[in-house]
Amino acid sequence: MVERTPIFNAICQIVLFIGLLTVLLPFVIVIVAATHDIRAVNTVPMSMVPGSELFTNLHEAWVRADLGRKLLNSFLFAGTVAAGKVLLSSMAAFAIVYFRFPGRMLMFWLIFITLMLPLEVRIVPTYAVAANALAPFQAILNITGITWLIQTVSGLQVKLEWGLLNSYTGLILPLVATATGTFLYRQFYLTVPDELAEAAKMDGSGPVRFFVDILFPLSKPNMIALFTIMFVWSWNQYLWPMLITTDPNFGIAVTQLKHLIPSEFGLPDWNVAMAGTLIIMAPPLIVVILMQRWFVRGLISTEK
Amino acid sequence: MSSIAIKGVKKAYAKNAVVHGVDLEIATGEFIVILGPSGCGKSTLLRMIAGLEDISGGEIWIDGKLVNKMEPRARGCAMVFQNYALYPHMTVAENIGYALKVAGVPKAERMKRVAATAKVVGLEAFLDRRPAALSGGQRQRVAMGRAIVREPKVFLFDEPLSNLDAKLRVAMRAEIRRLHRRLGATSVFVTHDQTEAMTLGDRLVVMNGGRIEQVGTPAEVYNRPATRFVANFVGSPSMNLMEGSIDRHGVFVYDEQRRIPLPGAIDARLVGHKVTLGVRAEAARLVAAGTPGSLPATVDFIEELGAGRVVHTDFDGLSFAVALSDPAAFETGDTVGVMIDPADVHLFSAESGARINALAQLPPVPVAS
Ligand SMILES: Nc1ncnc2c1ncn2[C@@H]1O[C@H](COP(=O)(O)OP(=O)(O)OP(=O)(O)O)[C@@H](O)[C@H]1O
Ligand SMILES: [Mg+2]
Repeated sequence: MVERTPIFNAICQIVLFIGLLTVLLPFVIVIVAATHDIRAVNTVPMSMVPGSELFTNLHEAWVRADLGRKLLNSFLFAGTVAAGKVLLSSMAAFAIVYFRFPGRMLMFWLIFITLMLPLEVRIVPTYAVAANALAPFQAILNITGITWLIQTVSGLQVKLEWGLLNSYTGLILPLVATATGTFLYRQFYLTVPDELAEAAKMDGSGPVRFFVDILFPLSKPNMIALFTIMFVWSWNQYLWPMLITTDPNFGIAVTQLKHLIPSEFGLPDWNVAMAGTLIIMAPPLIVVILMQRWFVRGLISTEK
Repeated sequence: MSSIAIKGVKKAYAKNAVVHGVDLEIATGEFIVILGPSGCGKSTLLRMIAGLEDISGGEIWIDGKLVNKMEPRARGCAMVFQNYALYPHMTVAENIGYALKVAGVPKAERMKRVAATAKVVGLEAFLDRRPAALSGGQRQRVAMGRAIVREPKVFLFDEPLSNLDAKLRVAMRAEIRRLHRRLGATSVFVTHDQTEAMTLGDRLVVMNGGRIEQVGTPAEVYNRPATRFVANFVGSPSMNLMEGSIDRHGVFVYDEQRRIPLPGAIDARLVGHKVTLGVRAEAARLVAAGTPGSLPATVDFIEELGAGRVVHTDFDGLSFAVALSDPAAFETGDTVGVMIDPADVHLFSAESGARINALAQLPPVPVAS
């Protein structure tokens, strides 16, 4: 431990305070700007004294960007991605840690490798797959000559097609299937004593029972931590939702922000844009605040 | 009929063999203790009986059924683990009742049986607590309750007392004994603590290096150890062992000054062969130096035990312990004589370590020295 002296303490406090200011300043600007009217927001420098137009601006942003529908979509999107991730990764990690099956390590490394290939890197092929989720199978059939075989035998052309563009499925699935959560869960399962699994076996419970009755409740802090991280992460997704949804019915709040940003020749109503920003960044903030107690406990998983 | 029959059971991890063909018959209702040093394969054997470990060779029968390929839950065994392995998120009642819940016992009956079990193990007051809020001894009881509640045919214990302090261990030992008398289920108890083994077992199985060295009642194992290993491992302080040879008069010769006449005649084939002679510390006596028939020794140090004391003497480099019940009249550095009654010696083959039993079968030969 570093020696604690009043001077050292003071320096620490000052550095921390400067850091805090740096982080908070943009938020303050957003909040203050959202309360101004259009003239006040465009005066240079902008006044840091809050104006009185907050509710007008919020209402304007809400209506103009169709935020009711978009926020609902966002909740659906982020909630499902987070829940799907928790479910998928807890089960994938369960298989990898608790079962000895051939190809277990191969499976593990395959999952591991996907960590190095985030969605942004493979966005074009992923888009191609989303456009027709069965395309890879079609390709396999074509390459192996089965398509040709079927065509010669029956005269039918095999054409598999299942488009996911402009659907919740297409929006959500590619984001669910990633490895981060699997690792968090694997680490957690490795800390669960083997004897617990053995005791459950002696008590007569099979693997599914063990998972549901014992692992699942034990991993609750983990689950909450993962859910929170993934909720915030998917709420803030921009590129993928933008790419896959052209139908405004499936648009989400974050991509909708660009409709609020004043265009070059339009009215520079930054106050409305900031009000929209305020609305859109509130939900993840609320989720983090609500979950933070368990969240921290889940990340420090050594506690027994 | 025996409750558990183990026939030529082997276990190897990859190429590494750890249990080399164990044969054992356990009668219904018997309390068997498996005793052996760390790493000798006790837990492995127990876990093979439980079904937690695959069997590499041989057969295990429980209640007349071959269980080699049977799932643990089908074998009717309950196990108590060294670290208790309680489910941390469940209350004591839920922990005890979990096996019944899995088995689909209706809630009302489950509660009744949990309550009855809690009474047996003295946990009525703690049913709503989580394991984290219990003491070591109480957790041990929960583990025991969890095993009892299913009314299994066989109880398996893997060093269940080794995490408790000395006093609690003695108390729990008595409790396990009482429970066994009351329930009468076949029990297999693994330990490396010989006091535990002696006090608990109807029969002991002494294991070493993946093999059984001896099976017998505690008295048999103590009084007639089948091998040099058992002689050395069982008993505290451990048996004094001296390597020497037998001369043609039937006298064990350790060195020039230290000869011990053996009772009865010796198989002529043993004469001149190397043997190991064993004497329990309790069987030897200390006398004044030079007493005829005594072996010369110096007092190395004296271990005070309260009720008695153990005098460690030195035979020119070989340490030899003598247990005394009366106050020691000797001090460190004194020269003394060690008196050994020929009837109390054990002989083992120096090569194989096996007990040599052919003594005292022929009329004694006059001893000349
Ligand atoms: N999973 C495993 N893989 C390889 N070797 C193992 C494995 N489990 C146990 N062993 C080896 O098998 C031998 C017997 O182990 P076992 O756990 O049965 O010993 P033990 O008699 O119970 O010892 P202790 O009193 O220390 O518990 C040891 O040498 C150990 O190293
Ligand atoms: Mg062990």
